[in-house]
Amino acid sequence: MGHGEMTVEEVKKHVRKYYVVFSALLGLTIVTVAISYLHLPIFQAVLLAMAVASMKGGLVAAYFMHLMDEKKIIYSLLWLTVILFGFCMLIPLFTLHGPQTTY
Amino acid sequence: MSALIPYIDEPHPVTGVTNAKLGMWLFLASEVMLFGALFSTLIIMRTSATDWPAHGSDVLNVPLATLNTVFLITSSVTIVLSWAALKMKDLKKFKFNMGLTILLSFGFLVIKYIEYTSKFHHGHFPSTSTFYAVYFTLTGLHGLHVIGGIITNLYLIGPGSKMWEKEPERFTGRIECAGLYWHFVDLVWIFLFPALYLL
Repeated sequence: MGHGEMTVEEVKKHVRKYYVVFSALLGLTIVTVAISYLHLPIFQAVLLAMAVASMKGGLVAAYFMHLMDEKKIIYSLLWLTVILFGFCMLIPLFTLHGPQTTY
Repeated sequence: MSALIPYIDEPHPVTGVTNAKLGMWLFLASEVMLFGALFSTLIIMRTSATDWPAHGSDVLNVPLATLNTVFLITSSVTIVLSWAALKMKDLKKFKFNMGLTILLSFGFLVIKYIEYTSKFHHGHFPSTSTFYAVYFTLTGLHGLHVIGGIITNLYLIGPGSKMWEKEPERFTGRIECAGLYWHFVDLVWIFLFPALYLL
C-alpha cells in the first residue's frame, strides 16, 4: 500500500471499493462454477476457467493487495516473479518430446 | 547483543517502502515459485495420467469447495477492513474484523476436515491414485498456509495488539504484512478451486 498518511475520508473511499470488489468476486465465483456445468471440451474449459480465475486474482491483487498504487521496487520484483513463473508453466511442454511416460 | 532493524515503520529512502513490506513481498515471490512448481506438476500429471477423473466434480465435493471459496474471499475482505480500521485509529473495529477473519479461516479448515475425513472413510488416500496424490499435496500445502495465517492472526489480535498503544504505525505495518500473506493464501485457492474441483 503506497499510502503512508491517509485521511479518514480517503480510507472510507477505499472501504467502499473493497465492498464493490467483494461483490465482483462472489459473482465471478458463481460464473466459475456455472462454467463447469457447461461440460465444454477440456481445452475451452481450462481456458475459460483460468481466465475467470485470473480476473478474480487480478482483483484481489489490485485492490486488496493495493498493487494499483504501489512502489516501483515491488513492481520490479513482481515482474521478475511473473517471468520465472511463466518459465515454470512452460516446463510441461518439454514433456511432449521423448519417450511417453504415463502415471 | 541486539540491534534494531531500521525502516520497519517508515519507508526506506531508496526503496520507498518499509523493509518489513519488502521482506513480505520477497517471501510471497518465493511462495509463487513453490506453488508454481506444484501447478506445473499438476499439468504434467493431468496430461499424462492414465487414471484421472473426467471432471474433478465426479470425485470431489463442489458445493463444499464453493462454500470454502466464499469463506476465503470474505476473509480477504475482513482482513483488509481490519487494516482500514487501524488507519482510522479504531482498534475495536480492527479486532472485530480480525476476529471475523480468524472465524472464517477456522470455517475453511472445518470444511477441509469434513472433505478429508469423507475421502479417508471411502478409502481414498494420497497413495490411491495420481489424482489423489496431487489433490492431497496441493490442498494439504494450502491448508498448512491457512494454519500459519491463523496462528499469526491470533497473535496479532491477542498479545501482539499491545504494540498499538506504543507504536501504532509499526502495528499497522504488521497488519498490512499479515494481510498481504492472507490475500496470497486466498489467491492460491482461487486457482486451486477450478483446477482441482471443476476441470
